[in-house]
Amino acid sequence: MQATSFLQILFALLFAPLMLGVINRTKAWFAGRRGQPLLQAYYDLYKLLRKGAVYSRTTTWVFRAGPVVGLSAVLIAMTLVPLGRQPAPLAFPGDFILLAYLLGLMRFFTVAAALDTGSSFEAMGASRDVTFSALAEPALLLGLAVVARQTASLSLSGMYAGMALETWRQAGPVSALVAAALMVVLLAENARLPVDDPNTHLELTMIHEVMVLDHGGPDLAFILYAAALKLWVFAALLVGLVLPLRTGHAWLDVAAALGGIFAVAVAVGVVESSMARLRLLRVPQLLVGAGALVALALILTLR
Amino acid sequence: MTLDIILILVVLIDLRLLGASRIEASIRIVALQGILLGLLTVLEHYGDLTVSVWLVAVGGAVLKGVVFPWLLVRALRSSDAKREFEPFVGPIASLLAGVAALGMSLWLAQRLPLPQAPHASLLVAVALFSILVGLFLIIARKKAISQVLGFLVMENGIYTFGAGLVRQSPLLVEFGVMLDVFVAVFVMGIALFHISREFDHINAHELATLKD
Repeated sequence: MQATSFLQILFALLFAPLMLGVINRTKAWFAGRRGQPLLQAYYDLYKLLRKGAVYSRTTTWVFRAGPVVGLSAVLIAMTLVPLGRQPAPLAFPGDFILLAYLLGLMRFFTVAAALDTGSSFEAMGASRDVTFSALAEPALLLGLAVVARQTASLSLSGMYAGMALETWRQAGPVSALVAAALMVVLLAENARLPVDDPNTHLELTMIHEVMVLDHGGPDLAFILYAAALKLWVFAALLVGLVLPLRTGHAWLDVAAALGGIFAVAVAVGVVESSMARLRLLRVPQLLVGAGALVALALILTLR
Repeated sequence: MTLDIILILVVLIDLRLLGASRIEASIRIVALQGILLGLLTVLEHYGDLTVSVWLVAVGGAVLKGVVFPWLLVRALRSSDAKREFEPFVGPIASLLAGVAALGMSLWLAQRLPLPQAPHASLLVAVALFSILVGLFLIIARKKAISQVLGFLVMENGIYTFGAGLVRQSPLLVEFGVMLDVFVAVFVMGIALFHISREFDHINAHELATLKD
């Protein structure tokens, strides 16, 4: 166990909300605005944590459990995901399946809490979220399976430690296909733009935002923080794949991976500024397309 | 490596076609596929480039990358069909069928050893995949112009197969095939123009019920 393994958890806990700030700043720069302060997400979290929570009388314990379970699931997921080439604190064969299901658990409780409010809008958002994630999950799992096959390792830490420039030189197209699919999954799972507009507040088109309308105070803070951590988890998965740097110095590797994560945030900002939201009917096509990319990659590696 | 990238791009274009609904965009990416195949022919024979290889490569690229798209876009403008509405098989099912076809063509390619193996190991599989996708597009789309595109994709598959074997197959055969395709697309373009002028649409499946 290395010191960097624990430090990367610390970095994630500290810097995850900063990613949202970077995305917002990139979008503001594209629109020619000054934009929110970089630390706006931290101010929001602090403000929400000081407030009290209000619960509707129609809700049960499921509604209160939603944010807590979501945050704890993503915190456990964090311990499995390596940052760049540094191993994660927890690693065992097959842990990428646990990762997928921890994220699934988080989604399940968010959806259950949304349904528990009895609001029809929230149920609509829940239905959409479940539909899209059912299509995004195969792409994620198959993509990770391709990386597992390429590096002949079954744990995330082993997989990402095995990714090297050599892998790209030998099977560059395969890695590029997986990276493209992971980027689509990142955008879909984190409710970013081509799939869901995080800024919209029109119930008819919202997906993730509509599910958390009834949460307030510390609950909403938990949800926002969990969403930032989830974005961090996916960014770490993507960075480990496209930035297979091996400087030989652990701290330099960590610094490079951190830079990569914020580069992913900038890339998300660029995508959000240059694309319009897809029609809801077209979103499944995008996700199945991502699935087709990883299926192609898988067929190429199995060949 | 470069060959593999080109072949994978050809596969991606095929998959994109299966999921596409705007016809003009489809015409453009089929044109891109034709140019990529011209590049593929040159790279496959890198080292012993003869005049015949250059002729087949450049002739194919110009014909498929410039002449066919021009003919098809002209035919498209004359009809008011902009997108493929409600094809027989929807985009998602088409994509899934495409993935299945890809697996099948890789399996089949391993059972079809060529007498002289091409440089790119994927070549035969990609050729078979393009042929299957072309056939699928012809069956699954309603607009006549989409079916012409399917025909072109199928021809691209046959051309891919030939790209690995230009040395073996005589120049005359390659040119004969290209001329055939040219005439076919030319005639189809004219037929499309007349169909759309006569019936205000180019939905091929409705022509089946015509009676005089």
